[in-house]
Amino acid sequence: MKKIGSLKEFACTPDRFQGGHRLCPGCAHSMIVREVVNATDDDLVISTATGCLEVCSAIYPYTSWDVSWIHIGFENAAAAIAGAEAMHKALARKDRLYNDDRRVKFVAFGGDGGTYDIGFQSLSGAVERGHDFLYVCLDNENYANTGGQRSSATPIGAHTSTTPRGRVSYGEKQRKKDLTMIMAAHGCPYVATAIPGSKHWKDLATKAAKAISTVGPTFINALSPCTTEWKFKPEDTVEIADLAVETCAFPLYEIEDGHKLTINYRPKQKLPIEEYLGAQGRFSHLFKPENKWIIEEWQKQVDEYWDYLQRREEAGV
Amino acid sequence: MAERYELKNKEVWDGNMAAAHALRQAQVDVVAAYPITPSTPIVQNYAQFLADGYVDGEFVMVESEHSAMSACVGAAAAGGRVATATSSQGYALMVEVLYQASGMRLPIVMTVVNRALASPLNIHGDHSDLYLGRDAGWIHLIANNPQEAYDLTLCAFRIGEDDRVRLPVTTNQDGFLVSHTAQVVEPLQDEDAYKFVGEYKAKNPMLDTKNPVTYGAQTEEEWHFEHKANQHKALMDSFPVIEEVFKEFEKVSGRKYNLVETYKLDDADVALVLMGSAYETAMLAVDKAREEGIKVGLLMPRVFRPFPYNEVAEKLKGVKAVAALDRSAPMGTTGALYNEVAGALAAKGESAILTNYIYGLGGRDTTVEHILEVIKETNENAKAGKRVTPLQGFINLRGPKLSFN
Ligand SMILES: Cc1ncc(C[n+]2csc(CCOP(=O)(O)OP(=O)(O)O)c2C)c(N)n1
Ligand code: SF4
Repeated sequence: MKKIGSLKEFACTPDRFQGGHRLCPGCAHSMIVREVVNATDDDLVISTATGCLEVCSAIYPYTSWDVSWIHIGFENAAAAIAGAEAMHKALARKDRLYNDDRRVKFVAFGGDGGTYDIGFQSLSGAVERGHDFLYVCLDNENYANTGGQRSSATPIGAHTSTTPRGRVSYGEKQRKKDLTMIMAAHGCPYVATAIPGSKHWKDLATKAAKAISTVGPTFINALSPCTTEWKFKPEDTVEIADLAVETCAFPLYEIEDGHKLTINYRPKQKLPIEEYLGAQGRFSHLFKPENKWIIEEWQKQVDEYWDYLQRREEAGV
Repeated sequence: MAERYELKNKEVWDGNMAAAHALRQAQVDVVAAYPITPSTPIVQNYAQFLADGYVDGEFVMVESEHSAMSACVGAAAAGGRVATATSSQGYALMVEVLYQASGMRLPIVMTVVNRALASPLNIHGDHSDLYLGRDAGWIHLIANNPQEAYDLTLCAFRIGEDDRVRLPVTTNQDGFLVSHTAQVVEPLQDEDAYKFVGEYKAKNPMLDTKNPVTYGAQTEEEWHFEHKANQHKALMDSFPVIEEVFKEFEKVSGRKYNLVETYKLDDADVALVLMGSAYETAMLAVDKAREEGIKVGLLMPRVFRPFPYNEVAEKLKGVKAVAALDRSAPMGTTGALYNEVAGALAAKGESAILTNYIYGLGGRDTTVEHILEVIKETNENAKAGKRVTPLQGFINLRGPKLSFN
């Protein structure tokens, strides 16, 4: 496992995900990806599901990837990386690897649409079969690449292009699916949540390093604030991610061996959810008097979940 | 290294067992598959080979056919020999990924056991699923019996992996009629089979991580056309390679395969064109018709993609009337094989009278008598010098005779 030292050292790691890609200014996807791929010195083979990251990072004849990379489809990043990992095993056994160095690690990236929804089957299958890979979900809580439609990661009250706010609608009706816990329930040896950014950079880098060096399927759910669809200024990405953690809307925790839960960060003082919601245009309608109950519902859900995490951690389950 | 499998010079295998042995002998590095009738035994046989130590690659039992083909693409791009098997609904679920496999020029081999597509649900053999992959950029080989299923699967690796081709290949066999019909098969011994198939060194493997590669980039209007044109060219240029591989296979096995197979066609006035196990039934019908003085012959494209239109037109030159028999539901037009033959003849300025028969859907029996009737009707067209029978007829269909003009 790569030792994650100082920020300066980490920042000087040669980039395996190069600039020049076409992600929006302020897009958190690139920050998360760079932190993950730089968190190991091992060689990498990466698959990426269709979505913003894929369409913006490998536009022929250019590519941002300085590692082996494949994109097949929207719903099969996990199946594709499972195939590549199986090939590595087969060739290693037959002593037919391409270079002497056997340190090749496998990573898949998918958006929340490609992970929570359409790609869930192949992810669940690959994890259940025990392939040795890390799956990172870039959770921007919507289908950004196709113009911001809802996904099952979209939280209650959010305006999206398929759950728009309107004269009689307050936006998304369902609460966010708890994919992290579902992945833990698969019995993954390591599952974690993370955010990009300055304050918690080491949390993400360490988790990535840990996940990559763990044998077996591992999963990181990384909240990825989307300036375009969440409607905030590009320079505010990290601040928004921090607010998600400070309000406990997206708590940072990890689960080992499917059950052992550790909370990685406790806000000194848990901020009210309004601070997180108020910073994003997608929730602006919630501040109208008739929608006050949604903010209250939000707060209730956040409090309950935070309480649940703490009780689980305490109980050691 | 996997254990050697002791084979007799003659084995009694069905098509599924034959295909499974071919995958075993090719020492495939990764097989990723999902079971579906009637191709399930390929997967099961392979699992048994693994359990007994006769294969030493990875066998990935995925959760769906979509993931089976996706894992195959990931594995092939990683850099090694890859194979799978499927039928019908499973093939349908793979369609999205079939295009990705060929677009990335990955020589995956898939043994397809052809079966009807639902709805209504039917597990028996017809060619509806064969045409799902028609335009997906895969080479399609057609096997009519277990021996051919075995032979062509071995050839498929050689063809697809050839540096001049680098394309995925399907070998097709009729559900139950071939897949579950035990016949005498003369296999090659393991070492001869492996020597024929050869070692595979992948081009641009992802696992050569010191030389990273990007697979599946986006191209849009700037480059997409060039990529697709190049891919099409690779498929069209595979004809001579396929013929070369068939010739080499003849050297090691004594069995001869051609782009286009014919039976008693040289002096024929009348010809039937068909693919699959019915070809052998049709041979018997031809023999009978010849006894009655009808000069009839048969033609079968052994390779359906790329379609050997030059050879088809050449072989049918001078034939007065041709009936193309399709074992799939055309739904709103003439049959797929009919359309290919019509196109080939038209492109070469041939003017044989052409009719279309639909037969054997969902495993419906097609007998020598049925085909004999088609021969007679086609002969009427030849004698009249114009089409006197319907453009499209249905063989052995219950109820009133169905035809369209
Ligand atoms: C089978 C299939 N259905 C639909 C699409 C269209 N599509 C492409 S990307 C996308 C949304 C991606 O959303 P997400 O996975 O959340 O990633 P993001 O773009 O937000 O990073 C959709 C619906 C597709 N490419 N393939
Ligand atoms: S739309 Fe959102 S996720 Fe997509 S590139 Fe822009 S900021 Fe990133």
